[in-house]
Amino acid sequence: MTDTPAPRHIPDRLDKPFTSAIFSWEALLVAVAVAIFAVNSFASPYFLDAWSLSDLTFNFTEKALIALAMALLIISGEIDLSVAAIIALASTMMGMAVQAGAGTPVLVAIGILVGLGCGAFNGLLVTRLGLPSIVVTIGTMSLFRGIAFIVLGDQAYKGYPSSFAFFGQGYVWWVVSFELTLFLVAAVIYWFLLHRTSFGRRVFAIGNNPVAAQFSGVRVGRIKFILFCLTGLMAGIASVLITSRLGSTRPSIAQGYELEVITMVVLGGVSILGGAGSIVGVVLAAFIMGLVTFGLGLLNVPGIVMSIFIGLLLIIVIALPIIWRRVRRERFT
Amino acid sequence: MKAFLKYREVWLLAAIVLLIGLISMRFPGFAAPGNLRQVFNDTSILMILALGQMVVILTRSIDLSMASNLCFTGMVVAMLNAAHPAIPIPLLIVIALLVGLVLGAINGFLVWRLNIPSIVVTLGTLTIYRGATFVISGGAWVNADQMSPDFIGLQRAAFLGIPVLSWIAILVIALFFLLMTRTALGRSIYAIGVNPTASVYAGIDVGRTKFIVFCISGMVGGLCGYLWISRYVIASVEVANGYELNIIAACVIGGISIAGGIGSVGGAVLGALFLGIISNALPVINISPFWQMAISGSAIILAVVLNARGERRQGRIILKKAEAA
Repeated sequence: MTDTPAPRHIPDRLDKPFTSAIFSWEALLVAVAVAIFAVNSFASPYFLDAWSLSDLTFNFTEKALIALAMALLIISGEIDLSVAAIIALASTMMGMAVQAGAGTPVLVAIGILVGLGCGAFNGLLVTRLGLPSIVVTIGTMSLFRGIAFIVLGDQAYKGYPSSFAFFGQGYVWWVVSFELTLFLVAAVIYWFLLHRTSFGRRVFAIGNNPVAAQFSGVRVGRIKFILFCLTGLMAGIASVLITSRLGSTRPSIAQGYELEVITMVVLGGVSILGGAGSIVGVVLAAFIMGLVTFGLGLLNVPGIVMSIFIGLLLIIVIALPIIWRRVRRERFT
Repeated sequence: MKAFLKYREVWLLAAIVLLIGLISMRFPGFAAPGNLRQVFNDTSILMILALGQMVVILTRSIDLSMASNLCFTGMVVAMLNAAHPAIPIPLLIVIALLVGLVLGAINGFLVWRLNIPSIVVTLGTLTIYRGATFVISGGAWVNADQMSPDFIGLQRAAFLGIPVLSWIAILVIALFFLLMTRTALGRSIYAIGVNPTASVYAGIDVGRTKFIVFCISGMVGGLCGYLWISRYVIASVEVANGYELNIIAACVIGGISIAGGIGSVGGAVLGALFLGIISNALPVINISPFWQMAISGSAIILAVVLNARGERRQGRIILKKAEAA
């Protein structure tokens, strides 16, 4: 131990040169979004219309709300496959409440609380018992939707009060729907939470190295538990929206949403291995998926064929930077 | 270690016997040999699929596209059969295996060469393969009356009193048993799951082995494409929708660790049988089939809680395949 060097200012992030901003993931997504938007405008005369574009947002806002919380969960190295099943269970519980004569405020409270409860259940199993989240949530996915099937069978709940319809069908101002407003507000909140608070830094720390995070004094279990609760909460909110929009509940409601939500998150540049990602990317990915499905819908492309485009988009957008990096490395070495 | 593994399967077997016993109390005919043979036959396809998924999970990967592969390949062979009934069935089975192999190889290639996490690759191909089924069929169904009698009849023919479908399952189980316990590839698969870094130093080509396991799961998916279509005699875009999670559920119940490296052929078979018994038993003991989903969900959670005792540390690094790269 000789003389210690003078303390030097260590930036908590590297300076971003202009070129790296151009080649960032978000820039790539913006380019993709603009390209799809342009193609859509040329392909269909009905696309560039305020009401068309407003309808477009209904395609993704419910899933995107969940994707915001799922992004944090995946960054922390966990995953939740049960979100669609939570929607089904929360919707079923709201349906039961309607049969019992509950009013709109009670319905909303039930939807959100059931979602929160389901998320907490997942979180307890993962953090208290130390189980792998992918298996736990495959199990709870069957369990939650299974309960909806036990309650409903092949029946459906209808007869939601007319004031309840506002959440999924109402407009705040002109063509701006309540769903879109809620999504944008939630996006800002989640952006702030992930990128501007110590909680967000801890989420990244856990995702990069849970053991090191634990030794640095981060309460890994508690933060993961909170993230599972948040994901459940967002699924509960999505359940209120989708139930309100459809005006009925079947046990098969929102089937397959979990994979679309995860696709959205991964497309948004969140590493499935944890530790990296941004809310801006997820929001952009949500809009891209909405643009693709809506644009193809205007061209009368069936939904199942659209899913090919989403699947290809997912793989290509992930593969391109890898190939690009490899080509560049080979050229310079 | 080996004794411990055996221990786990013995427990699962005991649970299955107990389950059959409980069901027999409500419905005595359930445990009759004829009925158990029927249950085995009903579960054959799930068992075969679970074995294909098992080799993938053992290498710390996952194949979510198996059910879509099954759907696509099933549609291909059904359309071939409807258009050219003269094609012999064994040739159709070979075609099914090849188509499945190609679909699996696409997954494997992306995982191997581009190093994309398998869950992302197969999440993408899950939707692509099912969408492709729609494209080749134009959304149309292939119905029973368009299929040739041989196409439908082969797996129903009895050999030594047991349907051919069950024999195929037995053959596949035997092949997987040999693969996992008697070949270098089988040892490599376990080694990669237990410690990918050490496997590299031991001279195992991790990427190539992963490519091979995806080819295996693809071929299995293709084979089951034919078996599924000829069993339920309808080919549509909706075939086996969401079934990928049942396959994984069978593996989890069978004690195969999602963190890789732990699991056996016997476990996968018993896990599938457990689910098969539940779905067969519910109607005969007068429980609404709508209960099945919740029951298998509870079984998965219970199984993973019990299995986790010996592998808690590994369970925590489930998605951390980065160190394998």
